[in-house]
Amino acid sequence: MMSSPQGNGQVALEITDLVKHFPIRQGVVFKTIVGQVKAVDGVSLTLRKGETLGVVGESGCGKSTLAKLLVGLEKSTSGSISVRGEDVTRLGNAGMRRLRRNVQMVFQDPYTSLNPRMTVGDIIGEPFAIHPDAVPRVGRRKAVQDLLDVVGLNPDHINRYPHQFSGGQRQRIGIARALALKPEILICDEPVSALDVSIQAQVINLLEELQDELGLSYVFIAHDLSVVRHIADRVAVMYLGKIAELGTEDEIYEAPMHPYTQALLSAVPVPDPTLRGHRDEIVLEGDVPSPANPPSGCRFRTRCWKATEKCAAEEPLLQIRAGAPHPNACHYAAPRDVVHAVE
Amino acid sequence: MTAKVSVKSNVLDGLDPTAPLLEVDNLQVEFHTRDGVAKAVNGASFSVERSETLAVVGESGCGKSVTSQAIMGILESPPAKVAGGRVLFHGVDLLTLPKDTRRRTRANHVAMVFQDALSALNPVWTVGFQLSELFRQHRGMSKKDAMKRSLELLDLVKIPAAAQRIKEYPHQFSGGMRQRVMIAMALALDPDLLIADEPTTALDVTVQAQIMRLLKEIQVERQMGLILITHDLGVVADVADKISVMYAGRIVEQAEVHEIFARPAHPYTKALLKSIPRLDTKGQRLEIIKGLPPVLTNIPPGCAFAPRCTYVQDICRSQVPPLTVVASGRASACHFASEVINDV
Repeated sequence: MMSSPQGNGQVALEITDLVKHFPIRQGVVFKTIVGQVKAVDGVSLTLRKGETLGVVGESGCGKSTLAKLLVGLEKSTSGSISVRGEDVTRLGNAGMRRLRRNVQMVFQDPYTSLNPRMTVGDIIGEPFAIHPDAVPRVGRRKAVQDLLDVVGLNPDHINRYPHQFSGGQRQRIGIARALALKPEILICDEPVSALDVSIQAQVINLLEELQDELGLSYVFIAHDLSVVRHIADRVAVMYLGKIAELGTEDEIYEAPMHPYTQALLSAVPVPDPTLRGHRDEIVLEGDVPSPANPPSGCRFRTRCWKATEKCAAEEPLLQIRAGAPHPNACHYAAPRDVVHAVE
Repeated sequence: MTAKVSVKSNVLDGLDPTAPLLEVDNLQVEFHTRDGVAKAVNGASFSVERSETLAVVGESGCGKSVTSQAIMGILESPPAKVAGGRVLFHGVDLLTLPKDTRRRTRANHVAMVFQDALSALNPVWTVGFQLSELFRQHRGMSKKDAMKRSLELLDLVKIPAAAQRIKEYPHQFSGGMRQRVMIAMALALDPDLLIADEPTTALDVTVQAQIMRLLKEIQVERQMGLILITHDLGVVADVADKISVMYAGRIVEQAEVHEIFARPAHPYTKALLKSIPRLDTKGQRLEIIKGLPPVLTNIPPGCAFAPRCTYVQDICRSQVPPLTVVASGRASACHFASEVINDV
């Protein structure tokens, strides 16, 4: 159930060469563009029906910008996002409204993503006000109560305000709102990272149950690699706006190929003191370079221990290589176990 | 264990080098709010020795940060009030010291690294100024000497191009570099004990690994005691020697790190360990802890964890289980600790 190879191979969402550059402006009166922050720089991904695609990476890698592009909160610079075979990057208002019935978002911070002056009923019911044909007016209150029930909240609390709920309960409200229009795709941007561990598990389990019941497809964006392993069927590792490695949960965690994936995984502490000192440790030097001025060739080369002149000159494409059977973007890709104890 | 004990006798009198480095005994902290008295810390006791790492673990609102602030003496009062207990530093109760003496113990004996370095540092002064202020205030150094010492510190915490960066402001540093500045500041006056309150929570994992490694290196080198306040059981498993688990203001379990992960003796610890996804296995369904932690102004009678506990019996709802020794070197505050510990 949990790790079942999801779906029937049908494509729910297809991203092709997606690019988002933010201009850097300078000057007070005559603003001139002096550079570009390359937040997302050529990302191609496929989300199949009923599967969970995890997107991981550190701050500034472009994962949240990717989420915003997918729901149309940002306009892409180039590239396409296709939902049900239709490119949604250049839709007008009516088209966007149609898209949003199908693609919804769960935000990171349940404290700021809910309007404190609206009751829970109004918050969850707002999608119906925007899409009046979704549920007839008389049935809306009942529909909201059903949604509260689905996410495990008491339907009688419909008239309460967000501050009367705990963080975990607020995240459930955010999920209920996202489900109101019966979308097929949920974009979850760090949905559990603001929550305590015991509450985190409740929300993760809820998302898994909802997926099984409603056949939802998730893009699950998170920095917590343990959570992503738990929930995702496939995982994309991002670094500075590009995908460094793409594979099934098993491929990424059991046999990571890209040095960045390896470094990232080796840095994640495992709650088991018997592994202390027995895991392969890779400590990266320095910080992530600025996305306004990424290194030439391979973007990871400035922090990579395998880097050669070839890495500076030639950008490694995301592809399958000899000895590296899932897509990765490294000239010298080779598997290395950094998760388990090694001798 | 070496001759390093109490070199700074000019700061505190009557230090007993044979007493534990820090011993917290039945600490009680209350917050007087409009909704009533919130017992944020309700009888916490633990001790740390030199070169030892104690992790205080718990979720938001369990009292772990308040405990550390009470030890440092930086609680905002009112609304906070230390209602009882002792904080013994080499046998000297810090809570009874006059304000000025207390101030001098900070940074000299006990120093702290905060979670959010951007708000802990002053945005209008350069990093160099803020570091050298410590030397000028506490050591009476000249501006020039103080700057020189500050530069050495930035080198110690491995900030590249320290000579230039010392003239920069906190916002010009990245998150990881800023946290290094915080650590440098805490280490400036060579404290005996370092309290790190969620030092890596705001950082990316690769940076977290760098910072934890740095802290560990410095701790070993200086034989400091380290109290690590965190919610991250992964970090704890990596660095701690012993662990105190807090829930609703009380310490519910205390043990050596290997013991607690292998055989937890309190239902809360046990449930917590089962509810976290692991990197090295594609786990089964996560076990959840039902419900929510209690509101601190209204802690239920008996065991605070009882409403969420799977081992609960009638006695739990009426009698507070005291923290009792269940095996050598470990204690649990549960009426059914022996059942929990043997139940795999």
